[in-house]
Amino acid sequence: MNVNETDLLIVGAGPAGMAAAVTARRHGLSVRVLDDQPAPGGQIWRAIETVAATPRLARLGESYRAGADRASAFRSCGALYEPESQLWQIEPGFRAFLTQQGKARSVTARAVILATGAQERPVPFPGWTLPGVLTVGAAQILLKTADSVPTSPVWIAGCGPLPLLYMTQLLAAGGRIAGFLDTTPRGRIGAALRHLPKGLGRLADLAKGLSWSLALKRAGFPIIHHVAELRAEGAGRLESLHYRTQDGREGEVTAEVLLVHEGVVPNIHAPLALGCAVSWHAGQHCYVPELDSWGETSQVNVFVAGDGAGIGGAEAAEPRGRIAALRVAARLGKLGEGEAESAARSERSRLARALALRPFLDALYAPRPQVFAPADETLVCRCEEVTAGELRARAVQGRPGPNQIKAFTRAGMGPCQGRQCGYTMAHIVAAAQNRPVEEVGFYRIRPPLKPVTLGELASLGELASLDEREPAA
Amino acid sequence: MFRKLHDPGAQAITIFIDGRPVPAELGESVAAVLLRQPEAWCRTTPVSESPRAPYCMMGVCFECLVEVDGLASVQGCLTPVRSGMRIARQQGPRSLSA
Repeated sequence: MNVNETDLLIVGAGPAGMAAAVTARRHGLSVRVLDDQPAPGGQIWRAIETVAATPRLARLGESYRAGADRASAFRSCGALYEPESQLWQIEPGFRAFLTQQGKARSVTARAVILATGAQERPVPFPGWTLPGVLTVGAAQILLKTADSVPTSPVWIAGCGPLPLLYMTQLLAAGGRIAGFLDTTPRGRIGAALRHLPKGLGRLADLAKGLSWSLALKRAGFPIIHHVAELRAEGAGRLESLHYRTQDGREGEVTAEVLLVHEGVVPNIHAPLALGCAVSWHAGQHCYVPELDSWGETSQVNVFVAGDGAGIGGAEAAEPRGRIAALRVAARLGKLGEGEAESAARSERSRLARALALRPFLDALYAPRPQVFAPADETLVCRCEEVTAGELRARAVQGRPGPNQIKAFTRAGMGPCQGRQCGYTMAHIVAAAQNRPVEEVGFYRIRPPLKPVTLGELASLGELASLDEREPAA
Repeated sequence: MFRKLHDPGAQAITIFIDGRPVPAELGESVAAVLLRQPEAWCRTTPVSESPRAPYCMMGVCFECLVEVDGLASVQGCLTPVRSGMRIARQQGPRSLSA
């Protein structure tokens, strides 16, 4: 086998990617796994192999501990694992281009599973670009990978399971919390309760969430409910934090570190660049790829598994990864259709169980409306420093979409390529033009998916293979 | 801004930030080390030259772009530290020669 060719290319070594790799290998496929991190585990199990050998494991909780077995099964499955690899383009066929240690090269595969997970939903507010403002996920990664906690008592603003989990882990590690600005709007519990009957099979999860909340209440730091607006201020770094609740109560506190979180959204840049159809997920307020029951996209032999397919958490990511791998094995003749179907059946019921509580969580922790309607002075595009006011002014001149406004203002043109401003842009355009957000669409995503230097391009060893085409006249 | 909870012991290494030696631990990222410095910013922006620091720590915000061993605009959160690594904070737009 040519080392650059495999049956299956998996992008991402988190729960979905690892599960897909193990399944595909079990059925005799050759598998390559690319991941931008230095070790397997994805975001949920970041640094699990290192931490598993230390006493730090205990304070990170049971669901983190579970990653150790997964990483070890993945390591021994026989997949070609390429850590610290940045994927920046996939051409039909498939030829994938990646950069590793400053060198670019390409690899080929007959099928692709994108297991690129989720990112935290960007939460723009005045001052969110100041040093000292980070996401809750970032702080949790610092805890897992560097055993680091905020030096002084930290302010946390947001909603969802992650802030509760992080605060619990932070206290267990000896960190200190200045206060929690809970941004869950009033009345959400009522709205969420109608989804609860379906989630009753997940009582253990509910109990876990409740026990976090109770323990945090007992910890004694202030918890301010129904916070609607935030403003961070400081000269060159965060110094103070101003908040206002839905009822108009205001407060101002000094702060060195503020952590924010308003849920997570699928990473859709790779599927979009590949031309995969996406549709708006009203419950999760984001785009998700259109997938069949195997996780196959509108592009033949391109699959999406894990949170990239819609937010479901690690427990849903694993069956999704295995289901996609089974389909690829059947496609490539390594497994009968009937065998794949029967193996997928139990994975599908596992997936359904894992997703049972999701509509309840989605309704309870849906982002507050202010997340999508930041004040005019807010930088929406962090890279090119374009404000909400500038986008609003452009949005009413004619009826431009996100791509036209991008061309006018440079919003979305910086190194993050719209990962931080895409949804805010879409909502601002929708509100200004009185259209539903799903009608406005998203930035057109083109390669390279990550910035590539000319030096890296020049290092593409097989530039010579371009001569397979007719030489230019 | 952040502090490390344990003593790295045998995993301790030294890297250089803007020429100054700072302690680091094998396995952690450049961005994690930057966030422990008294000056926790890592670059100034090309547009307004305002300071920025690591924000997402998972490769999607590109705020932690720094120069690593002479290579500009490297994502610090995706770069594990190596002994003797030389990090430079980036000021304003990157130069073409960098």
